Amino acid sequence: MGWTRKDLLSMRELDAAEITLLVDTAASLQEIASRDIKKVPALRGKTVVNLFYEASTRTRTSFEIAGKWLSADVINFSASGSSTSKGESFIDTAKNIAAMSPDVVVVRHSSAGAADLLARTLPCAIVNAGDGAHEHPTQALLDLLTIREKKGHFEGLHVAIIGDVAHSRVARSDIHGMRKLGMTVTVAGPPTLIPPFVQELGAKVSYRLEDAIGDVDVIMMLRLQQERMTAGLIPSTREYARFWGLTLDKLARHARPDVLIMHPGPVNRGIELSPEVADGPYSVILDQVSRGVAVRMGVLLLLAGRREGDGA
Amino acid sequence: MSSPVPRRPREKAQVLDETALDRALTRIAHEILEKNGGAKDLAFVGLRTRGVSLAHRLAAKIAQIDGTALPVGTLDITLYRDDLGMRGTPVIRGTDIPFSIKDKTVVLVDDVLFTGRTIRAALDAIIDLGRPTAIQLACLVDRGHRELPIRPDYVGKNLPTSRRETVAVRLREHDGEDRVVIEEPEEA
Repeated sequence: MGWTRKDLLSMRELDAAEITLLVDTAASLQEIASRDIKKVPALRGKTVVNLFYEASTRTRTSFEIAGKWLSADVINFSASGSSTSKGESFIDTAKNIAAMSPDVVVVRHSSAGAADLLARTLPCAIVNAGDGAHEHPTQALLDLLTIREKKGHFEGLHVAIIGDVAHSRVARSDIHGMRKLGMTVTVAGPPTLIPPFVQELGAKVSYRLEDAIGDVDVIMMLRLQQERMTAGLIPSTREYARFWGLTLDKLARHARPDVLIMHPGPVNRGIELSPEVADGPYSVILDQVSRGVAVRMGVLLLLAGRREGDGA
Repeated sequence: MSSPVPRRPREKAQVLDETALDRALTRIAHEILEKNGGAKDLAFVGLRTRGVSLAHRLAAKIAQIDGTALPVGTLDITLYRDDLGMRGTPVIRGTDIPFSIKDKTVVLVDDVLFTGRTIRAALDAIIDLGRPTAIQLACLVDRGHRELPIRPDYVGKNLPTSRRETVAVRLREHDGEDRVVIEEPEEA
């Protein structure tokens, strides 16, 4: 099984074999993090540009570290402090960056389809690092790697994705990936934050936290994305926290003792997760972050290491 | 993948059978002990995939002869190759060297020594993990055609070959049999 794609734009477009190849490659690269000298020469002479039009801590740092551990030159571009603030359009900026011959451009943008637009416009490899509420494939891949490392397999696992599903590109990418690998997904949240299409993606829907977390192997808590909310979708954050926040008490009463708690970050402590749960024994939130670097190394390696002329 | 379908290779000659292969490894084990004056501070690092099995067999032989259990590590040199992007999807299977190589004499083990490029990559990979006292090279078959100034310290069998032939090392652990054969592409 080879990698033939020029870009990594979504989990939707990947098949199970491609997802498995990405996860396997990342798993084998994890060892580099434990070395004294965290650098291998695989991408020497390759250039990776991080093109971030939205705030990011984890994803951008993680791509930067991944690129550097593989010996690529990594350039960070953020919208503030660039010509974007002088009125240059997204596509003009991208074309100008492409004119400097990078091998991979990692893009994050608030509009769905931004990465796809770049992939169709630029000759270099494009990685979608989050486009609006559409997809965030590398986050789904690191979630999958974390789940496999902790549970040993994918087939037959049941995952509950809880909270602000409507604004979550992570939820969308996770559902696609998990369903393709034979997992069952239940999404739960207030009806205003559950989009109508999730059932078409193959996820079950629940409107009570207590029901949704009852018989699952993994609970994925989502961040309440207040910055993306234009209408009054929830009465108040206090009410949201009361009904949808995960606390030790709710876990003890409803969840299985071997459940994993995951969160894509950044965590709103005291809203969707109580601090005791976020820092507690079930939580693998920081494992997710560590594995994020390995996943991004794998993605950069497969895209930049693709044979010239392979695939589309 | 756009590469042409390779023609099925045909077996041209058997080079080592099960007994000869085992004898070669026994001799290499003795040579390693002789050259290093015993098994002190030695460690094996096998190159994926068959070098790892050979390294384990050499370690077992040294344990029999000398009574010393030597550590065996696994090295994946994919990230150190000089032809990334020329051979299709890089397959990373991981490096696993669960001991410090600092101040050790590392014996690198590979099945077939050919151009030397794999060993060049392996030397870089090892040195990135620490500073060994020395690195030595053991290979089951040396088939010539070196492209780099690299020579083995221990050789199972020197085998003159032509470039169009391939040398296939088949091992019990992977192929269900122990033997080495020369193959050549089937004539069209």
